[in-house]
Amino acid sequence: MKKVIMGNHALSYGAMLARSQVIAAYPITPQTQVVELLSEMCADGTLDAKFIKVESEHSAMAACIGASAAGARAFTATSAQGLALMHEMLHWAAGERVPVVMGNVNRAMAPGWTIWADQNDSLSQRDTGWMQYYCASNQEVVDTVLQAFKVSEALSIPSMVILDAFALSHTYEVVDIPEAAKVDAYLPPFRPLYKLTPSDPRAFGGLTSPEHYMELRYKLQKDMEKAPALIEATGREFEKIFGRYLGLVDPYLCEDAEIILVTSGTAGYTARVAVDAMRAAGTKVGNLRIKVFRPFPFEAVRKYTAAAKKIAVVDRNISYGHHGIFSQELKSAVYGHADGKPVFGFIAGLGGRDITPASFKEVVDYAIAHEQPEAEIVWIGAKI
Amino acid sequence: MSKEKKMKLSLPTEELVGSGNLACQGCGATLAMRYFLKALGPKTVLCIPACCWSVIDGPYPYSCLGVPVHHSAFETAASTATGVKAGLQMTGDNETTVVAWGGDGGTFDIGLQALSGAAERNDDIIYVCYDNEAYMNTGIQRSSATPLGAWTTTTPVKFFKDQPKKDIDAIMAAHRIPYQATASISYPEDVYKKAKKAKDVKGTRFLHIYAPCPTGWKSRPEDTIKLGRMVVQNCIFPLFEVEHGEKYTLTMKPANKKPIDDYLKLQGRFRHLKPETIKVMQEAVDHEWTRLLKLCENR
Repeated sequence: MKKVIMGNHALSYGAMLARSQVIAAYPITPQTQVVELLSEMCADGTLDAKFIKVESEHSAMAACIGASAAGARAFTATSAQGLALMHEMLHWAAGERVPVVMGNVNRAMAPGWTIWADQNDSLSQRDTGWMQYYCASNQEVVDTVLQAFKVSEALSIPSMVILDAFALSHTYEVVDIPEAAKVDAYLPPFRPLYKLTPSDPRAFGGLTSPEHYMELRYKLQKDMEKAPALIEATGREFEKIFGRYLGLVDPYLCEDAEIILVTSGTAGYTARVAVDAMRAAGTKVGNLRIKVFRPFPFEAVRKYTAAAKKIAVVDRNISYGHHGIFSQELKSAVYGHADGKPVFGFIAGLGGRDITPASFKEVVDYAIAHEQPEAEIVWIGAKI
Repeated sequence: MSKEKKMKLSLPTEELVGSGNLACQGCGATLAMRYFLKALGPKTVLCIPACCWSVIDGPYPYSCLGVPVHHSAFETAASTATGVKAGLQMTGDNETTVVAWGGDGGTFDIGLQALSGAAERNDDIIYVCYDNEAYMNTGIQRSSATPLGAWTTTTPVKFFKDQPKKDIDAIMAAHRIPYQATASISYPEDVYKKAKKAKDVKGTRFLHIYAPCPTGWKSRPEDTIKLGRMVVQNCIFPLFEVEHGEKYTLTMKPANKKPIDDYLKLQGRFRHLKPETIKVMQEAVDHEWTRLLKLCENR
């Protein structure tokens, strides 16, 4: 059934179709509609779940971890300051290997107080052991929640499904809502190997000495390494049922491109408008939208950038004292594979400043005009 | 035939706390768990935040407890327990009692927000605070449960703690939760009875169990039971219940209220106190005791 819905409601529909059993959430702009719709769904019986209206995001994640450890499918959603408050518990969820799925609406971090988009909130959680999916359309949000649960539960690793504040969270798009029966076939009920039950008493997360800790982390990494193939396989399985492939990256006209624009989130679709215009004017440019950031899609990134002469990464985020985060990640992925091909790092759109087709034209013009970037970071659209 | 005389056991013999655990000698917190689980039985899940019990339980891959244990972050005992309860219910287990089991630091201080949240929602959990009156697991630092006058490693004798202990029981009563009680490990039958009572109530229940700590109090391990009894008899830690935040009941009224001196003398943490400070402490105890008696009379 097709519906015109906002990005936040796409998260709600995803959580509902996944038959989430426990939802614990705390409101934060611009995530609020996610939990408003879910609480309505719980109230009217559309979704058979316990909705715990916690007093903080920290407690939201703690409750989701507890619920998941008890064997229930758990979902939450947050943004920015809320995600930062959860930070300790993000490590906890991944370390405990509970497959919680969370929606995060990318919002810039305060101060100054802001509610608009950038990616520093979720990218600050890079090393917590969560998988991260950056979505570019409301359809992708609904679909990815379902895939995220499937992959998370197979690997016992939590997932974050991420969408840009306002550019997606509050933007209405036509979404083909997946049919419940088909979703049930794609995503069977959660059946964990171990759970909190008096019939099989076990201790979860106890004191772990240097004799054992490292192996637990090794196992987390080894399972994370299985994720790229599993994401592709579950993406193809999804395509068979619903006709939409869900991959690690989303390439657009990359085959013969001399310059590859690397983007993530909604900026990816904006980039395509710019790519079409520049192609029409004779510039051979393509777009590689990185959808899955953790695990990082090394192989796919190398494959789609192999033929290009230059790589231009546009980051809506920054690691202060270093580069844009996708830029540094991309350099590490192509290191030793790129034959000295230059990687240009651009930063644009912090704190919700618009990234327009003109921004991408500026990026490509710079990459054409320079053999190598003149600075570690090239700023786009900044009043400097 | 002579009639065989047998002592009547006042507690079940079943043990859910095993030997080989990592508790210090004379640990009150371990006795608290032992008596509590005798009342709760095996159909229990424990959520344990950072506290002495995260160590006592035994290192991975061991556990000395006969019930499932979820170790949780310091400030998340109540919120984790709420999540576990919801998870169990949604997977068809409506029977198991979910318990948050934290120390005074995790309850009075860092975990208070989550506890208040759970209590306000009246989530169906039992929250137990075993109170050893300081951060003992990290090496005896003051918490807001540390009593006035006490030495800790962050309240040295020259600057001993000069604020009274936070009144956590009043805070919980202000949430109007259906059942709460104080208990001391030196009265096992009372701990057992209150735990049983808590088990049969729906909603948020709170047990505040006094648990002497020889390591942190600089007391002799063999004095643990004595201290747990003296603290009730001198009315520093009275035993009472509160229902719905209003109905106060004294569950142990000392026949002769003792002065606090002998209790203080058994603990190195109070050794530095001068008579004038002890006098102030005694007056504070008397004041609180009178206040509590009034609450119990006004029910």
